[in-house]
Amino acid sequence: MRVIDVSEITEAIAKLCIEANYNLPDDVYEALKEAYEKEKSPVGKAVLSMILENAELAKQGIAPICQDCGLAVIFMEIGQDVHFTGGSLKEAIYEGVRKGYKEGYLRKSTCHPFTRANVGDNTPPVIHYDIVPGDKVRIVVAPKGGGSENMSMVTMLKPADGLEGVIETVVNRVKEAGGNPCPPIIVGVGVGGTFERSAFLAKKALLRPVGKPNPDVELAKVEKEILERINKLGIGPMGWGGTVTALAVHFEMEPVHIASLPCAININCHVARHKEIII
Amino acid sequence: MSEVIRLTTPLTDEDILKLKAGDNVLITGVIYTGRDAAHKRMIEALEKGEELPFDVKGQVIYYVGPSPARPGRPVGAAGPTTSYRMNPYAPKLIALGLKGMIGKGKMSDEVKECCQKYKAVYFGAVGGCGALLSQRIKKAEVIAYEDLGPEAVRRLEVEDFPVIVVYDAHGGDLEEMGVKQYRVEE
Repeated sequence: MRVIDVSEITEAIAKLCIEANYNLPDDVYEALKEAYEKEKSPVGKAVLSMILENAELAKQGIAPICQDCGLAVIFMEIGQDVHFTGGSLKEAIYEGVRKGYKEGYLRKSTCHPFTRANVGDNTPPVIHYDIVPGDKVRIVVAPKGGGSENMSMVTMLKPADGLEGVIETVVNRVKEAGGNPCPPIIVGVGVGGTFERSAFLAKKALLRPVGKPNPDVELAKVEKEILERINKLGIGPMGWGGTVTALAVHFEMEPVHIASLPCAININCHVARHKEIII
Repeated sequence: MSEVIRLTTPLTDEDILKLKAGDNVLITGVIYTGRDAAHKRMIEALEKGEELPFDVKGQVIYYVGPSPARPGRPVGAAGPTTSYRMNPYAPKLIALGLKGMIGKGKMSDEVKECCQKYKAVYFGAVGGCGALLSQRIKKAEVIAYEDLGPEAVRRLEVEDFPVIVVYDAHGGDLEEMGVKQYRVEE
């Protein structure tokens, strides 16, 4: 058994919140550079050039990459041989979010659903816990912006709709979203389990390095097909027309109920932030 | 790419009428910020016959909720938010003389029609470029609804703030034109 004081978790979360908001991951930056080379529209190219310059400026610490510093989505993979001491783990995570968003000059974006009164410290985060073998803790912080999250959806298709039904749903969703989610986007697709499991899979799909295909060859083919269809829509960077609408499609699949075909689409803007640490 | 047009706020009908969808524009002068919550309050104020925090005539509203300013800087990251959420409010403000909105994504047909009817323009700024755009903002001051935090109404002084004309006052629509040009029919 390994003992970890929860104060260590607070510090790690705070640091990850700040890093994620100032340093675009290398894989995303490289995918955007590639998009700049590929984009045929001069307007689209100009947009991508600004996006790349913006990433550099944020890295220098002028300001976060985007003013929407996101709702903090946190994945906790906890080794089953770990024992936490020093207080509540959940409270330690919350405190990490408070600290990171304050010290990093990050925008606090959580509010009451109806009065819209800002909570003031960006809590509560969304926490996904997973218990895994071992004595390590892996923490991934993925701040998620509202603009692209608003374009996401879960729908319960009929089993008869099949794979083609899923593909149609994804392509139509991206088409309807147009420039709203800040293309070029990354599209996470989740098909599996129940209503909420499919949504979780779609979210998790966004954490994969950009463009890294699903290890399942058949699913990798589906990802490629959806990406091609999306990029034929002509939406382009910021929706102002172009050949690069999505940088990647990541598809995650698990068995479903015999009566169901849940399909979730989680869209990420080009500011696809995620940072991780293993303690 | 079209040549860059420089505009200084406040904007006149003449400024607006020369703009075409797809034009690159650099805005200098004072602009105001407002998002969902501030718009809701502004429209409520109008309904009650109260004054707006600023006279919208000839002005430009930027749909943005900046992140907090780092020490020594006037403002934090300040890129556009998605504009469709302002669809219910924009027509009323355009009718009162608002000349420009800056945001991202599509707005409603009603907004598009108002741009033609009242000579106004919907500008797009590049989303997710908050650090870069913040450098073009020289001064920022909260002038109303401070309790809304990032959503408070701010008076910004901008210099060469880069935008593109999305809806012009002649019915032009950059998204429609751009998507049509690059769409590949299956």
